[in-house]
Amino acid sequence: MSARLLEVSGVWKGFDDHPVLRGLDLQVDAHQAVVLIGASGSGKSTLLRCINGLESVDAGRIVLDGDVEVTDPDIDLDLVRRRVGIVFQSYNLFPHMTVIDNITLAPRKVARVRAAQAQDEARALLDRFGLAGKADEYPDRLSGGQAQRVAIVRALAMQPELMLFDEITSALDPLLVGEVLDAVRDLKSGGLTIVMATHEMGFAREVADRVCFLQDGIVREQGTPEQIFTDPQEPATREFLARVFG
Amino acid sequence: MVYQDPVRLALSRRRARRNAWVGMGSLVGFTVVVSLLVSRSPGWPIVQETFFSREEFIDSFPGLLKAFMLNVKIFLIAEPLILIFSLVIALTRTLRSPIFLPLRVLATLYVDIFRGVPTILVIFLLGFGVPALRLQGVPNSPVFWGTAALVLSYTAYVAEVFRAGIGSVHPSQRMAARSLGLSVLQTNRYVVLPQAIRNVIPPLLNDFISLQKDTALVAVLGPIEVLRQAQIDASSTFNYTPYVGAALIFIALTIPMTRFADWVQTRMAKRQRAGGIA
Ligand SMILES: Nc1ncnc2c1ncn2[C@@H]1O[C@H](COP(=O)(O)OP(=O)(O)O)[C@@H](O)[C@H]1O
Ligand SMILES: [Mg+2]
Repeated sequence: MSARLLEVSGVWKGFDDHPVLRGLDLQVDAHQAVVLIGASGSGKSTLLRCINGLESVDAGRIVLDGDVEVTDPDIDLDLVRRRVGIVFQSYNLFPHMTVIDNITLAPRKVARVRAAQAQDEARALLDRFGLAGKADEYPDRLSGGQAQRVAIVRALAMQPELMLFDEITSALDPLLVGEVLDAVRDLKSGGLTIVMATHEMGFAREVADRVCFLQDGIVREQGTPEQIFTDPQEPATREFLARVFG
Repeated sequence: MVYQDPVRLALSRRRARRNAWVGMGSLVGFTVVVSLLVSRSPGWPIVQETFFSREEFIDSFPGLLKAFMLNVKIFLIAEPLILIFSLVIALTRTLRSPIFLPLRVLATLYVDIFRGVPTILVIFLLGFGVPALRLQGVPNSPVFWGTAALVLSYTAYVAEVFRAGIGSVHPSQRMAARSLGLSVLQTNRYVVLPQAIRNVIPPLLNDFISLQKDTALVAVLGPIEVLRQAQIDASSTFNYTPYVGAALIFIALTIPMTRFADWVQTRMAKRQRAGGIA
């Protein structure tokens, strides 16, 4: 019943001869939420950036939906990126545009949706994520939690099949983490396919269909949250979790 | 609104008023002392006659104003061209793909050369050099080559200003735009350049002001703009008042521009402080 949406096989990626990903494999089925955990520097961000072509890989293949090869040097990456949304730790909203313009920019200029329609869709999304009053604000007037939800809405507006979240709560005041995680929960229950790097272990446990532990540039261990958090097999996983839960 | 204590508000208003009076008083005092010193100096009557003659001023000023229209024209033609070319050069220098290496090298070379050569030398070289080649179909008007030289010289400076502006936009902005599917061109057009240009408005205005003044350099090629006109008037009457007249015309234009540039700069600094993270 579940089609394979993302297939990462044998991906190598290094910076200045320092290999970060070393033949990493990862499979994600449609409507799944996969959570990436691992020490900082283990390559979670690098992997996510490779998946939507923001970084090129040194070796290996990343295939989307069975037929779109992200790692093909001749592929139009702009087309890939329309199908894969990404939200970053640091929001990266465009400070010179209002919230609504941030959201409608890509639909209007990339997907060529008419302005009025893009606006309507953006407002509906803002409404859904509790941001109805913020459409005409500039990003510097938003709280961190609001800014991050706007960033999520901005990525959603392109109607991606796959959403990548890169530690989207790490820059937030602890009090504001909840509202952003609520948004992710909402997307998950709506059936969106999600790959998410996070340090929020409680949330991973609750929402993830699968947890992947990254170490030494590969997925060292993966399984259901139940397996990973209560009965990890690898010593490295146990060590990492012991450090996290202190 | 921020709440302000009415007593403290009144106090600070009173202090501001007092400061204004003290400032005004010291300015008037200073002016009086300097004018007394100057007007009592032994050479003053002669200087007054040769530089500040009322009759000469009235005689020459209308002609100067008329000649100044040529400076205005040069400026109005040069400035848009400078803005367009320098933006193209600055963007060329940001291209990272190895295919563009030759373009990037050319752009860098151009900027290095024209920033290194004094503007007046460029004007001499183009204004006297190109017409001397007697090429078919190439204009030989000194105004044309003077303006071209100003454009070449200033484009190099302004390109550096734009480049600094582009560099001031955080790379994560480019990454965010690209991740939404925007092309390199769209990313520049909608995300990077609007922020870059906003960040460099104050230095751009300063370069505008310099260019307004440097239109007078075209005088070395002979066309009758305001400086050349003043020269002609001065040498026919042996009186330097026309130069002062020309200076006044420039000041009348550049001072409002300078005030405006300062105002923009303070306003932007304030907004940046209020803005915080974005
Ligand atoms: N653009 C880059 N240039 C050089 N090194 C990088 C770059 N991005 C990441 N790295 C390095 O790659 C390693 C993995 O980083 P990252 O993927 O950000 O890990 P994580 O997200 O798991 O913390 C780190 O050692 C980091 O310094
Ligand atoms: Mg990271």
